[in-house]
Amino acid sequence: MKFFKGFAEEFKRNKALFAMAAPAFILVLVMQYFPMTGLVLAFKNYRYDMGVFGSPWNGLANFRYLFASGTGWLITRNTILYNLLNLITSQLLAVLIAIFITEINNMIFKKVTQSIILLPYFISWVVVGVFVYNLFNFETGMMNGVLKAMGMDPVNMYGIPGAWPVIICLFNAWKWTGYNSVIYIAAITGVDGEIYEAASIDGATIFQRILYITLPSIRPTLVTMILLQVGRILRGDFEMFYQIVGNNGQLFNATDVIDTYVFRSLITNPDIGMTAAATFYQSVLCFVIIMVVNAVVKRIDEDYALF
Amino acid sequence: MAKEKEIVAPRKIKLSTSSKVFYVICYTIVTLMTIVCLVPFILLVSGSFTAENWIRFHGYGLIPGEFSLEAYKIIFKTPERIIRAYGVSIMITLIGVAIGLLLTALTAYVISRKDFKYRNALSFFFYFTTLFNGGMVSTYIYYIQYLHLKDSYLALILPMVFNVFYLLIMRTFVNNIPVALIESAKLDGAGEWRIFFTIILPLLQSGLATIGLFLALGYWNDWYNAMLYMNTEAKYPLQYMLYSIQQQAQALARIASQAGISVQDLPSSSLKMAMAVVATGPIVILYPFVQKYFVAGITIGSVKG
Repeated sequence: MKFFKGFAEEFKRNKALFAMAAPAFILVLVMQYFPMTGLVLAFKNYRYDMGVFGSPWNGLANFRYLFASGTGWLITRNTILYNLLNLITSQLLAVLIAIFITEINNMIFKKVTQSIILLPYFISWVVVGVFVYNLFNFETGMMNGVLKAMGMDPVNMYGIPGAWPVIICLFNAWKWTGYNSVIYIAAITGVDGEIYEAASIDGATIFQRILYITLPSIRPTLVTMILLQVGRILRGDFEMFYQIVGNNGQLFNATDVIDTYVFRSLITNPDIGMTAAATFYQSVLCFVIIMVVNAVVKRIDEDYALF
Repeated sequence: MAKEKEIVAPRKIKLSTSSKVFYVICYTIVTLMTIVCLVPFILLVSGSFTAENWIRFHGYGLIPGEFSLEAYKIIFKTPERIIRAYGVSIMITLIGVAIGLLLTALTAYVISRKDFKYRNALSFFFYFTTLFNGGMVSTYIYYIQYLHLKDSYLALILPMVFNVFYLLIMRTFVNNIPVALIESAKLDGAGEWRIFFTIILPLLQSGLATIGLFLALGYWNDWYNAMLYMNTEAKYPLQYMLYSIQQQAQALARIASQAGISVQDLPSSSLKMAMAVVATGPIVILYPFVQKYFVAGITIGSVKG
């Protein structure tokens, strides 16, 4: 009751502000919050004619199918491993590039290289998919062109699942290194120039300067970036996987993540129970992971917590 | 700039051996990374200008083995599909950016008003969607069954029109506007809407430019929503058109027959690359002019709100 009274008072006082926030509020409510209720589909036998709420319940059957078939474990393992691999490689590379770029004295070289390294961020995954195909397709791919020119036998990459974690990881790094390094460069240039000056007067070498000034200065940023990524550890980058791997069934064991599995089943399979179970478990676990990680970080050092 | 020069100057004086080694490594790695980022673009452009027969027997190279405009000729011989897809992309980008900017600016203004009682609750309402969501399946079913977005342009616009990340960036821009301006306008008797449109919006120019460009990039590069929701080819945006052309040999054959070329002569590899060039061209051309806004946005976005 007290809440409603307070609400009414605030509404009267700031009517215009309520009206200003209303469109976005309604949009997010309809586009984001309403679909959350659809998560109950994981426990239902969905029938289009009965709708989300009319469909009959079937307990945990969907989950049982998902994991009994082995698919559940496989896609979970793939998603986690790819995210860890991509997290480590792309952040390390970004930190390295950021440190190097800030150490470069030649302004033109610095500007040009930084611009070009950021360029892949602006390219859609569809176009990246075209690159990948151009590189690796058996008949006309660039790679086989080079191999043939050197007198070697062409290789069918689409028949070697083991190669794809490396390929995906490289393209992920290619796409994101520039973006992430912008963030680290901002953190590094935020350091007071006098500290560097004092260090060089005291005779610090370039390596000491990086080790004792630059690296500590980017630590908070690095922690935030890692936390954000850990919070998404069960979410595969759908656009990347879908465009790089495409519909090459031979590669699915090595490359299928939760998101690509869900999409394929959604499009091809009218029985969406298992798929709904996969997204339910992805959404809920992701939420739990981010809450737990954030709580732990908060306990260790309040400043590093995300919220 | 001036500040950086100051830091740099003393370093130049004494370059010890270890520094020299460092700079060699530094320049080498940065150069390599730059080349790696650039090469795919060069391959793409070069491939689009290479004769199909050359590609078939020799593959691609950094410079066209045998120069040919055939792929572009085919695209522009029957330009209706491309022009239409361009039109769809431009339309959803313009509408999406306009609505998105208005929504983002309004909401950012509200949650940055210290005298608004529910500003934290409202921020949390938006932020929560980044922590938890309904997932692809229920979202898809909702949009189709309850919001009837199948094959509607709204399906290309609405899912991307409001983004919490952009909201937080915009709030940072709004927070830079002195509160005193709002207070004094209020004393002069201006209403909230008037304050927003005549004082806040004009001062938000760089924020609007930054978020507008992020939104535009998102819309321009979107193919995912088109793939999920669009059935009619005439409504495909550019990137999805590129994707479907890449996928459908039939589509290629159709263009070929319209252009009066027999199917085996069809430059399919170079055609795909020419399409990719046509789709990416505007971004690469605009890139030098808009880069600073993106860098500013990425930087602000990385600072916790």
